[in-house]
Amino acid sequence: MNREKERKRMKLKQLEGLLGDLDQFSDPKVELEQYPTGPHITSRMLYTAENSFGDVSDRVVVDLGCGCGTLGLAAALLGADIVIGIDVDTDSLLTASTNAEELEVEIELVQCDVKHLDLRGQVVDTVIMNPPFGTRKKGADMDFLRAALKVASRAVYSLHKTSTREHIKRTALRDFNAKSAEVLCELRYDLPQLYKFHRKKEVDIAVDLWRFVPGTA
Amino acid sequence: MRLLTHNMLSSNIKGVANGFPLRIVAEKVIEKPVEMNHDFLKNMFAKLDWKAFVDASRSLGYVELPDEADASMLESSEFLNKFHHALLELHLEEGALVCPETGRKFPVNKGIPNMLLHEDEV
Repeated sequence: MNREKERKRMKLKQLEGLLGDLDQFSDPKVELEQYPTGPHITSRMLYTAENSFGDVSDRVVVDLGCGCGTLGLAAALLGADIVIGIDVDTDSLLTASTNAEELEVEIELVQCDVKHLDLRGQVVDTVIMNPPFGTRKKGADMDFLRAALKVASRAVYSLHKTSTREHIKRTALRDFNAKSAEVLCELRYDLPQLYKFHRKKEVDIAVDLWRFVPGTA
Repeated sequence: MRLLTHNMLSSNIKGVANGFPLRIVAEKVIEKPVEMNHDFLKNMFAKLDWKAFVDASRSLGYVELPDEADASMLESSEFLNKFHHALLELHLEEGALVCPETGRKFPVNKGIPNMLLHEDEV
């Protein structure tokens, strides 16, 4: 293995390790589909965005529906200039704030509903998000995607159920004016048993990691 | 909340035609030093609404920025230091953002602006 590769692999493991210590939802709210984004999936998502596309370091990054801040904090650790975490839930934002202090990184936090989000100027380069899958509240995933493509000027990274692939692609290109919509890889998402309605101890579902390029307004 | 974020936020209450910029009521402002990044500052300078930014910095009690600025000023390290400080080192920790049209207050607690709208505002 060459040295460059070694360095990157080290950093990937390091990032995953740092994220593993973060606080997660203490009292998850089912109506918001609050599931933690695990360190494994987060570190790979952010690494792909950074190493394959240069969309993280020296960029302004928004974590939409940031929850406890895992994705946004990972972006900050990888050298994003500014990270803004946006969520509707007070408890999650306070946890994200504590997590940022723990990691000694700066992250801006804003409490807002994605349906009413508008960030003026073309300041935001990249949106990263793990939106609700829309299983509890139909269309919630699409509200996030619409907002993300409106806010980002460079790229949107998002996770969606593999079973919704065609729908996501069609809607992004046709309704949300995306220039491109590409599945980068398929991942297994471990959902721990957080809620009473989960019958199995752990559910493993197939999700796609997407990269969207927003159209020019 | 830092002023870069303030420069992007607006009041999205239904019926409000121009919800930008939000006026700032500052109760507690803190300073946290961060490293300066010239390329970032130059990039942001081109995207910022300067007037909104200067007014915001003044409402946080920082009065060093000129009313008007153009890109040539980015060559001056004195200007860059002030710009950097106001944009990235000042934090509105407690206070409110006020809709310029309706006067509705969006509270800022623990540095987090609450932009949630009430049912009758959407």
